[in-house]
Amino acid sequence: MAGSMTSPLLQVRGLTVQFRTDRGFVNAVDSVSLNVDAGETLAVVGESGSGKSVTALSLLRLVPSPQGRIVAGEVIFDGQDLLTLDDRQMRAVRGNRIAMIFQEPMSSLNPTLTMGLQVAEPFSIHDGTPWAAALGKAKTLLDRVRIPDSGARLAAYPHQFSGGMRQRVMIAMALACRPRMIIADEPTTALDVTVQAQILDLLKELTQETRSALILITHDLGVVARYADRVCVMYAGRIVETGTARDIYERASHPYTRALMASIPRLDRDTATRLEPIEGYPPSLAQLPPGCAFHPRCRFAADPCGRRVPMLEKIGERHHRACFVDAAV
Amino acid sequence: MQAYIIRRLLALVPTLLFTSVIVFITVRLIPGDVIDLMLTENDIGATRQSRVQIEAALGFDKPMHVQYFRWIGAVLLDGDLGRSLWQTTPVTELVMERLAVTFELGLMALLIALIVALPLGAYSAMRQDTIGDYVGRSFAILMLAIPGFWKATMIMVFPSIWWGWAPEVEFTPFRDDPLRHLGQMLIPAAILGTAMSAVTMRMTRTMMLEVLRQDYIRTAWAKGLGEKLVVMRHALRNALIPVVTVIGLQAPLLIGGTVIMEQIFVIPGMGLLLLEAVSQRDYPIITGVFLVVGVAVLLINLLVDLSYGLLDPKVRYA
Repeated sequence: MAGSMTSPLLQVRGLTVQFRTDRGFVNAVDSVSLNVDAGETLAVVGESGSGKSVTALSLLRLVPSPQGRIVAGEVIFDGQDLLTLDDRQMRAVRGNRIAMIFQEPMSSLNPTLTMGLQVAEPFSIHDGTPWAAALGKAKTLLDRVRIPDSGARLAAYPHQFSGGMRQRVMIAMALACRPRMIIADEPTTALDVTVQAQILDLLKELTQETRSALILITHDLGVVARYADRVCVMYAGRIVETGTARDIYERASHPYTRALMASIPRLDRDTATRLEPIEGYPPSLAQLPPGCAFHPRCRFAADPCGRRVPMLEKIGERHHRACFVDAAV
Repeated sequence: MQAYIIRRLLALVPTLLFTSVIVFITVRLIPGDVIDLMLTENDIGATRQSRVQIEAALGFDKPMHVQYFRWIGAVLLDGDLGRSLWQTTPVTELVMERLAVTFELGLMALLIALIVALPLGAYSAMRQDTIGDYVGRSFAILMLAIPGFWKATMIMVFPSIWWGWAPEVEFTPFRDDPLRHLGQMLIPAAILGTAMSAVTMRMTRTMMLEVLRQDYIRTAWAKGLGEKLVVMRHALRNALIPVVTVIGLQAPLLIGGTVIMEQIFVIPGMGLLLLEAVSQRDYPIITGVFLVVGVAVLLINLLVDLSYGLLDPKVRYA
């Protein structure tokens, strides 16, 4: 892991993304700041609607427009603010220096194009590789993601592949130009449990091989424990706690993170103890409560929680949290 | 694939036989009798005897079903559609001669429709709710709302008043002067084509909007593709599948449209042949034209079905 002296590979500062809804604009992502070091795996955890996927899409400026737009912030990647690039410069980043893997392998591949063309495409656009050579490289990539009989598979179409195989193809596509960073948005949510671990192991192994950083968007804390170096926990568009995987697992400090931990079933716990669900529902972004967005559901809510928005504060070497309540509770 | 096409072609036979019965009967239901017409035209005294003679000569003295089986027998065995009642020219010859012209007019109209509709529909979808989109959609509605015969009439009338120019009424065959011939065909083809482009453009726009929201289009953007490649390589082909259906459905309307255009612009195609034949009650020509049009419509449907296989890899014909 890169030391704190060198500047991180990715530095996000105050990223705010708005979406237009029937009730006006809402902040899907609100003043999010995070760092990713070269070769590091960062997990972004949260419930659906917490803004983790929108954060991921904003990094590549792929937020669906015109309903969504990035209104503030900086996304500094390798010393360059991606939000100030023109379209052509941005295209040279996408799929080349930063690649993305999506949640739905069933619908994320083009049904009318061959797998070979889709995997070879990044070579053709970014490196200007002729198609014949690009297809040869695509075959090598399919071998690397362990697709059997890769030569014949180049001519196949997505509907002839299973979900797990399609996600392998997505990974192959993302790895094509040896990106410095890969963003994986819930890469295993749509897959069978038995396939999930295979895909994540493969992803981890290959990103280590290419020394790519990995941002893993997930709602699965089990995934986080096994694969992440550091973790960001998001709630209602904001980061509420961030730290190393160890910080989050052993010293979770924000009441939301703790509640999240208490709600996962664990095999090493007494079966008699009941799981503790988090009371209430995540708030609608259009009607966020004043102050800390979590306070109506928080067991420890105190005086300032409903009035002021807590900022991230340092509580350990790499451990930050946004909460007014005493950490010792 | 080959077996599939052969099966489909064989399946055309019963449909066409059924069509032939309907055509054969309805033609004879047109009010007015060909023999009366002949007698008046040739100024023969309408005696009972001359009438019986003509009926016998034309074979109309036999019962209807006998007439039908004679006719369909000749069609099936020799490809012979009979002879014109007035000119005694073989109908097959007449129809084949005219078919090329109508086919050309229809094909030009179709090409114009596609050249207008596909880029306009795609553009409208990519620039949804901008001025360009509104202009494109308004154009489509306008083309759909104005009937072809009105457009044709305006083109015949106004340029001649304003500039002393009117479309030529003397038809130049392709082999005599290709450029002049194409120039003549262009106006009626454009009128038919723009009308057809309206529905196709709307369909293309709707489907492109749908496709551009798909996950795989997001994947294409995330790979770093430019707009041109995203649209041309990743979106258009997926959007075209339903558009082809619409084009296939419009083909019979297009054939109907050529009849009107051929009449207005005096183009000697099947439409004009049909109109003349109807006014003269020349039954074999009418049935012949209808039968050929029927075959054409069924073949177009077959082509549409086959083109799904080209566009959508999930469709495989066996």
